[in-house]
Amino acid sequence: MPLLEAQGISKVYGKLTALDGAALTVGENEFHGLIGPNGSGKSTLMKCVAGAEVPTTGKVAFVNTDITAFTPTERARAGMSLKFQITSVLPTLTLYDNILLALQAQSSLFDLVLSRTRNRLHDQVMTMLTQFRLADRAHDAAAALSHGQQQWLEIAMALAGKPRLLLLDEPTGGMSLEERRVTGELLQPIKQHCSLVIVEHDLDFIRDICDRLTVLDQGKVLASGTVAEIQANKSVQEIYLRRA
Amino acid sequence: MGGAEQAVARIGEEPDVVTGEDAPAARAPAGRASAGWKVLPIVEGLVLLIALVLPWVLQDYLTVFATRVVILALFALSFDLVWGYAGIMSFGQALFFGAAGYGVALMARDLNVTSILLILPAGMLIGLTASLLLGGFLLLGRYPSSVIFVSLGTLTGSYAADRLARGWYYLGGQNGIPSIPPLTLGSYEFEEGPVYYYMVLGILLVVYLLCRFLVRSQFGLALAGLRENEQRIAFFGYKAQHLKAIIFAVGGTIAGLAGSLYAFHEGFVWPNMLGVVFSTQVVLYVLFGGSGTLIGAVIGTVIIEGVSFWLSDNYRDVWPIILGVLLLLVIMFRPLGLVSFVLGERERVGSFGKGPNKKGPNKAPKPKETGNAAP
Repeated sequence: MPLLEAQGISKVYGKLTALDGAALTVGENEFHGLIGPNGSGKSTLMKCVAGAEVPTTGKVAFVNTDITAFTPTERARAGMSLKFQITSVLPTLTLYDNILLALQAQSSLFDLVLSRTRNRLHDQVMTMLTQFRLADRAHDAAAALSHGQQQWLEIAMALAGKPRLLLLDEPTGGMSLEERRVTGELLQPIKQHCSLVIVEHDLDFIRDICDRLTVLDQGKVLASGTVAEIQANKSVQEIYLRRA
Repeated sequence: MGGAEQAVARIGEEPDVVTGEDAPAARAPAGRASAGWKVLPIVEGLVLLIALVLPWVLQDYLTVFATRVVILALFALSFDLVWGYAGIMSFGQALFFGAAGYGVALMARDLNVTSILLILPAGMLIGLTASLLLGGFLLLGRYPSSVIFVSLGTLTGSYAADRLARGWYYLGGQNGIPSIPPLTLGSYEFEEGPVYYYMVLGILLVVYLLCRFLVRSQFGLALAGLRENEQRIAFFGYKAQHLKAIIFAVGGTIAGLAGSLYAFHEGFVWPNMLGVVFSTQVVLYVLFGGSGTLIGAVIGTVIIEGVSFWLSDNYRDVWPIILGVLLLLVIMFRPLGLVSFVLGERERVGSFGKGPNKKGPNKAPKPKETGNAAP
């Protein structure tokens, strides 16, 4: 049984059809790349899965539950997490507090008011920061980080709630080559406990870390399969790989 | 987000050598906290000290005025909690203030209840109930409500209550309810003057400390997330709408407390107390003093009321204009309010769930060998 199964997803904005019966299936502990030319509907599909948009038609199932009508909060509580395309760390808070904010999301109100989970979460905060090579900046404001570091912080925040599925929308956007390489390294270990859907323009990056790919074109699925299969696919090469 | 944009220009540099010192921080010194870390307690202590000695140096009629200001500061605190900390634009905070004022005035008029032990809880209960009803309606949708919806909804609520009171004979219509008897404790009567002053100052202090505890707790961290990026924290699994409704209700309760103290201090209630006039006044107090600091709300109230009092005495005709210009200047050039002259961004945001100095900013724990161990 796949972890995530989205079927027949359409999204119509007025006259524009962004998605036309797209589908996405992701298994446990699988890194799944979502690629396609600009305007092919990658980000829209991602948003429909994440709950930022409600699809016009279609169904999204996650861990055998129909979550099509779930709010983002409900999806998060079901084990899904999202890193936005635009970095949205909280700039005035310290890195430490950014991570703590993500970690304490499911603490009870009572515990929050009395600050009772902070000590218990401290080690987890530091583990996340260390894992993403940010521990020495723990008490700096997030605004003081470089762009790449903000992206890492945000991935760390998205992972803090121990999701079973992480959706990453262009994680390496605006990163240097070195930062991209490190990002790939940072993502590898999470495969043991978490699946990944990743929208990304950098095809080398996608090839390096993904197990399977889904190619979108004009709102429809053009092809879906292992990286090798997709690379061998003639129509994909025509519309996409050659241009890239 | 200036920091992020400017940071884009830095791409290509080795990430590890980018440090806080040269990375552009948004707005204020955001890097490692250093000197100035403890400005806030000093400001708070000074304000308290001044407040404590005031009745000794002021003439009696000025002590009465100071009492009114302290009560309004309590009211301002309720708005700062709602706007400054949770980012809820409540243009109708006076609804809770006035509703409690009217409620306790009726208790005194029709039921002869004047005991402080009943009046203050009743005022808080009225504020709580009203804010739960309005907040539940405005904030508790399945999806987050827009800022416009909330601000217009609260404004409309406040305006409607004002009109209702004006037209309702039982509530005294335009004139409101006059001649409220003094607040009592047993056989003791709280008259205007130093005793009433110290009583409300004590209440303000207690409420202030409770608010401070709340906004510095982990709950306060959740509020900071709510204020800065509501959508983001919803994706973490926070029930953002619930958080908002809760803090709105806490604000309503405090406004109710202030409203009942105000009614008994002034000895009468009138429709303005419920309406847009008081609602916008409290917005100005907080913006002027500095929102999201608590003490800013108090300072803003004191300065605006103080300057108004002095100007209206000496420049009767032009004082609204002078006051208006003064407010505009502060809001234009000091959007974080007067407090931001002495209070850095880092300290304003503060830390959560612990004493500020338990862990020094530079005491970053040793990197642990975590390998790929999942947290």
